[in-house]
Amino acid sequence: MSESRLFSMPEAPVRAAVPELADGDRKPLSKKEIAADHPTWCPGCGDFSVLALYYKLIEKRKIFHEKVTTVAGIGCSSRFPYFVQAHGAHFIHGRALPFASGISLSRPDLHVFAFSGDGDAFSIGGNHFTHTARKNIKMTLVVMDNWVYGLTKKQTSPTSPLGFKSKTDIWGAVDQPINPVKQALAAGATFIARTTSTNPNHILQMMEAAMDHDGFSFIQCLSECVEFYPGAFDAANPRKGGKFPEVPKDHDVSDEAAAYRLAGEAFPGYFGVIYKAQRPTKNALENRIIADASAKTQGAKPWQILQKTFDRMK
Amino acid sequence: MSDTATPASRPTALRISDIPEAVIRIAGNSQDGIQAIGGFLAKLAGRSEQEVMTFMTIPSTISGGPSIFQVRIGSGEVLSSGDEADVLLAFYQHSYNDHLGSLKKGGIVLYDSDHVEPNPEKASAYHHIAVPISSRTVEAIGGVGRDKGKNVFALGLIAKMFHLNTAKVEALIQERFSGKDLSVAQNALSAFQAGYSFQLDNVVELFRFIEGQKRSNHQVVMNGNEAIGYGLIAAGVRFGAGYPITPWTDIMELLRRELPKYGGSFIQCEDEIASVSMAIGASYAGGVAVTGSSGPGIALKTEALGWAVMAEVPVVVIDVQRGGPSTGMPTNVEQSDLNIACFGGHGDSPRVVLAPASVEDCFYTSIDAVNIARKYSVPVILLTDQAIATRIEAFEEPRLEQVCQEIAPDLSPVADHKPYDLSTPNGVTHHVVPGTRIASGKYPIVTGLEHDEMGHPTGSPKLHMAMNAKRRRKLQALAAELPVPEVYGAPEGDVLLVGWGSTQGPIREAVNRARREGHSYSALHIKYINPLPNGLEHIFARFRHIHVVEMTDAGLYGFGQLAAILRARYCNAAIDGITKTDGLTWKVREILDEIRARHQAAAAKNGH
Repeated sequence: MSESRLFSMPEAPVRAAVPELADGDRKPLSKKEIAADHPTWCPGCGDFSVLALYYKLIEKRKIFHEKVTTVAGIGCSSRFPYFVQAHGAHFIHGRALPFASGISLSRPDLHVFAFSGDGDAFSIGGNHFTHTARKNIKMTLVVMDNWVYGLTKKQTSPTSPLGFKSKTDIWGAVDQPINPVKQALAAGATFIARTTSTNPNHILQMMEAAMDHDGFSFIQCLSECVEFYPGAFDAANPRKGGKFPEVPKDHDVSDEAAAYRLAGEAFPGYFGVIYKAQRPTKNALENRIIADASAKTQGAKPWQILQKTFDRMK
Repeated sequence: MSDTATPASRPTALRISDIPEAVIRIAGNSQDGIQAIGGFLAKLAGRSEQEVMTFMTIPSTISGGPSIFQVRIGSGEVLSSGDEADVLLAFYQHSYNDHLGSLKKGGIVLYDSDHVEPNPEKASAYHHIAVPISSRTVEAIGGVGRDKGKNVFALGLIAKMFHLNTAKVEALIQERFSGKDLSVAQNALSAFQAGYSFQLDNVVELFRFIEGQKRSNHQVVMNGNEAIGYGLIAAGVRFGAGYPITPWTDIMELLRRELPKYGGSFIQCEDEIASVSMAIGASYAGGVAVTGSSGPGIALKTEALGWAVMAEVPVVVIDVQRGGPSTGMPTNVEQSDLNIACFGGHGDSPRVVLAPASVEDCFYTSIDAVNIARKYSVPVILLTDQAIATRIEAFEEPRLEQVCQEIAPDLSPVADHKPYDLSTPNGVTHHVVPGTRIASGKYPIVTGLEHDEMGHPTGSPKLHMAMNAKRRRKLQALAAELPVPEVYGAPEGDVLLVGWGSTQGPIREAVNRARREGHSYSALHIKYINPLPNGLEHIFARFRHIHVVEMTDAGLYGFGQLAAILRARYCNAAIDGITKTDGLTWKVREILDEIRARHQAAAAKNGH
């Protein structure tokens, strides 16, 4: 009963010849070239500023369209990939991180950015946040935290402060909110920063530092929902009479306990890089396993490696 | 054993009968290593150009419990693991009590007389042979006081009884324990030799397998889970993600261990949803990635699968079915995931469902699954089950140099790209993978929202209908490409038995048996279940009764899951279902008895 497979490997579709371009011959992208669809966010939404700074980052760091991949789940924030002229995926609610991990682990040549909101990252996607952080899978995650569910029009979010009146807590939120920075620390994230949409220069600084970090880098970016939680972050906006306290100069970013204390400060807390550690990435660890395994099969073609295994099964 | 056994000529010596096949059932506890004896026997059969099929049950508890391993070895075609055993090897009283009934009348029961008190009432029905297996094992290995190794002692008994090639068995024992402490292999050999040379009392007959047909190629021996794992590797899969769940776990362990040799990785994830999401992410990044699960794990993956249908990203999902719903019967076989495989998820989400019929088929169907996923940019679900996952078969060694393929993403630049081009013939999408420069500067988004041809969201009812049609059309194109399965037996007749997946063997054996008894039975095995190949209606039209044999519940309306699909598809009232969910594979007799009972009932109703 010898059967053979029916479907052979499909042929790749024929591609019209397009000249290869050496990176050196290419001009850095302009903002106009990076921008795609006009954002569907409400006028005044904090997410506009995060998007503008993402364009800026790509422009400033001379990243070409095809070298960056933008991934998101579901929520207002997660419409992000549509607005960026680059490869991107709009995945299901809460699961942007494992999807992005699949890209990161199989394509070391790409910068992988995931954009998320507080519900997407800490509620439905909470499990993935923990495990992507602990595994230290190389990518940058920006969570646009607005303390409310915006896309579904004002329900309590996992970061809504106690007492916040929403459609699901008409008398005020009763559940203890998550502290995203503490959550990231406990999970073992190796880069944790905090910023706010009202301070563009600071966002760019944080994005650059996160991108340069070899590992899972997490930015919590306060991003006001002008529709359902206006004024939430006024206390962190000097233009609205608030303060923008930066992480103290003498803070040791490798000191986990100190980071935990900073994360626990009352709102507006501290902005900047709160924690940073060097730990091998999952990407590097997997590559080491591959290197060790292929050292033993050196030079052999896949069928020859498999043949060796089959020889033991006779 | 066969009725054609011929007595040897010398009456004083032990009679040696030549037999075409035998069914041996080994019953003990899961920690006794009875799977190992079965494994040795299966491998030996493979090396001796015989056919072999095994069947095992394992307890779902951690610390062991009653377990059996049945092996059927034959010089001709072996289609199932056998309804009844010729020989039962019973280690404990419960093994003896529970499994004596599986022995055919006049069969041989070898029992460990250190643990088993035989039932005198059964003395005449079965040939009893007492062997103090435990104490003799302890003695043979040198009085360590434990009976570890009694499985290999028992293997010695079987080797003697069936005239097995001891040199080959000893070589297998050496191979199995190589790499361990030398004394381990030595102890195993001592136990084997002690068993082989044990003087069997009141034995009147020994057996010898008729030589199998000379084969031009070597046979490899493995179980269905292994065949899937290696098939995926041969297909060029280099990335996978999963979460442990019985009986899928073996495949993920195999891929985790083996893929790095090929430059790939298998990632153990935090949950089922992360696994499928990570696999889809890796497929989007240019490979064809795999995930898999069993039972409840498949339910958890369905939302992400819907995304892959919508975004048209390939992924292969292995579903090693077990008894359900919910946690169900984790170590028992069932085929009740057919509906979730074909229809699971919200919205209209056409995907491909394939079901291999044998261990060999597991290997090749895995490659098919990868190529279909890639060619049609669609999720493919490969449905196997607990029985095929754990059953060992010998099959002709694949010609790996021809079979193995590599998948390398094409990153060469393109002028322009419309991922969801509605004008594409057959509606098939081919994504360019991230990392590809698109000269027009317009980059696509893959998305779960209904979208336009560039992947940008749309609320247009017209586009939603056009895109739904596109996703459907490409599977209709696949259906046209699928081979129409061949009828086993005559192309027309009284009864057509239809099956899918691991039940092919017992169904075919039932057809053979019925035809020998003069009935006009044939069988049809459906491997490509969603979409179905074109033209099955012509086959169905040539039979009076069409019984779909499945390991699913009869359902609210009296049909199994495939039967319901076929009735809906073909509107053929001759189609009905023969179903069961007892957690065990079909016995040939069960199938035939059920059909006869139905036909008798129908005849009585019609007043015949």
